[in-house]
Amino acid sequence: MSAEPLLDIRGLSVGIDGNPLLSEIDMTVLPGEIHVIFGPNGSGKSTLIKAIMGLPPYRVTSGEIRFEGESIIDLPIDERARLGIGLAFQQPPTVRDVSLSALGKAMKLDDNRLAEAADSLGIAGHLDRGLNDGFSGGEQKRSELLQLLLQRPKLVLLDEPESGVDVDSLKLLRGVIERLFQRDLPIRERTVGGIIVTHTGTILEHLHATRGYVLVNGRLMCSGAPLDIFDQISKNGFVDCIAAARIKEKIHDFLEG
Amino acid sequence: MTSSKDNLDLRRVGYDGSGQTPRSGSFLLEDDTGRVASSKEKDLVMASIRQARKEDPWVKKLEWSLVDPATDEFTRLVSEHPDPAGNFIHVKEGAKVKFPAQSCFLLKSQRQEQVLHNIIVLEPGSELHLITGCTAASYENAGRHIAVTEVFVREGATLTYTMVHDWAPEVEVRPRTGIAVESGGTYISNYIALTRVKRIDTDPLATVESGGTARFNSIIYAKEGAHFDVGGRVRLVGPDARGEIVSRVVATKSTVISRGLIEGKNAGTKGHMECNGIILDDEAVIHAIPELKATYPETELSHEAAVGKIAGEQINYLMSRGLAEDEARALIIRGFLDVKIEGLPGSLQKVIDTMIEQAMAKEAI
Repeated sequence: MSAEPLLDIRGLSVGIDGNPLLSEIDMTVLPGEIHVIFGPNGSGKSTLIKAIMGLPPYRVTSGEIRFEGESIIDLPIDERARLGIGLAFQQPPTVRDVSLSALGKAMKLDDNRLAEAADSLGIAGHLDRGLNDGFSGGEQKRSELLQLLLQRPKLVLLDEPESGVDVDSLKLLRGVIERLFQRDLPIRERTVGGIIVTHTGTILEHLHATRGYVLVNGRLMCSGAPLDIFDQISKNGFVDCIAAARIKEKIHDFLEG
Repeated sequence: MTSSKDNLDLRRVGYDGSGQTPRSGSFLLEDDTGRVASSKEKDLVMASIRQARKEDPWVKKLEWSLVDPATDEFTRLVSEHPDPAGNFIHVKEGAKVKFPAQSCFLLKSQRQEQVLHNIIVLEPGSELHLITGCTAASYENAGRHIAVTEVFVREGATLTYTMVHDWAPEVEVRPRTGIAVESGGTYISNYIALTRVKRIDTDPLATVESGGTARFNSIIYAKEGAHFDVGGRVRLVGPDARGEIVSRVVATKSTVISRGLIEGKNAGTKGHMECNGIILDDEAVIHAIPELKATYPETELSHEAAVGKIAGEQINYLMSRGLAEDEARALIIRGFLDVKIEGLPGSLQKVIDTMIEQAMAKEAI
């Protein structure tokens, strides 16, 4: 495994129109690693993922995001994507006038590859429909993962990949996520890493994620083994981490005077 | 004959003079001079209107039966012309013409004024796909194209009339069209204008008898400096007549007035209108004017209209797949203009798809 991080986030703060949403985030993702972010609604999980992708209206107010050693903070979305960052949106927008097929052509993908991948995800019938136009929640997730499979990103960002998905779809999506993260390869040969945002943890089975965090009020708290953290959240909710966050904030305020 | 360079240009408006594309008949007018008028089918006449006026007195009687010569200065100009050029297309009763017929009006000389009067007649039970391309030989050409067209779709006949305009930035275009759709007849108009032009205004009127159908589809990409005032009117006069007007408009640094009027005047009539527009910058204007008029209680008329810019979140989404901002915008516009037209044979749909591709490539957004 290469020692150079895929993603290295240092002291990252993000806001919208002067309102802070994320504070002093530190996170390092090495090739082959999966980092999992839990947290209550509105804690900033999606904001972190979108800030890494460079999506507006999120603005980096301080800190650094490096991808394979290079700062990407000033790069537009498409350049980040072409470097190898791929995001599966939690709620992708409807683009009625662009079909998956048309997008595939624009991405210069082989038609057969697109058709095969769509078939394996059970959405071959959606190839000529507008993107996300009338798609169910599960179909949206399949379409997002299909696009990532074809994009072959080095850094995979999954924003709530299991929300709104039925049990059968969940099994299928888990298989695709394992493929995205090269779980079929020996550990030493894995080059893909990423971040999964989740609030249920059910997606984590068999993935052997590296590290888990709880994001509370824009701060990363309670890091540890992902399944341990998930067990703790399942039993007590986010109470312990929220308490810890409050203490951390008080210490921060004290030190800042 | 036209040079090979002109032929190359004409293929872009669906006219293939090389004989490689199967066509049932051809008509080509350069400025005021007829160059080609031929048919491969015994039941299809593709002739010059000047010739038809002389040889078939009934054709002369059809002239000005659907368009009032006093409508405006352009109809007056045609009516006062001693012998306007144009085409006469006639499909005999019951003939179902397999391959499309093609016609082309070419502005070849500088500052030319084309004054035309066209007559199209489909006898009962006949069918024809007609593709008409109107273009200027050079992008630098200035000129005017003024045309009165009268279309007679007799009982149970079907005409799909695909018209492609590919003019030049200094050309003015004033078509005036009347269509009579008799009982059980079908008229489908597909109007495509994707390249630069100075001014186009047209407001065709279809009168539809019992059980007949008239549909107008327009695909317009208005470029810098253009002024479009386009649309269609459908009068549903017979019981159970159907009407539909669909327009897709993209505008940049230009003005598009997109009109539509459907009148329900009898029992069981149905009409629907859709006007959708994408406005690309603050120098563009899209003015959608959909009108419904019911003069009979048992008519169903509806319309929907949506005009706006491309949502930023759509562009960002496509960019997150690695497309540059311009590529993302072009992909959305291409998809928006890519309307699959019901009742159009695959070969003609391909012509339209190719033209959209070429227009997008010709003038990058």
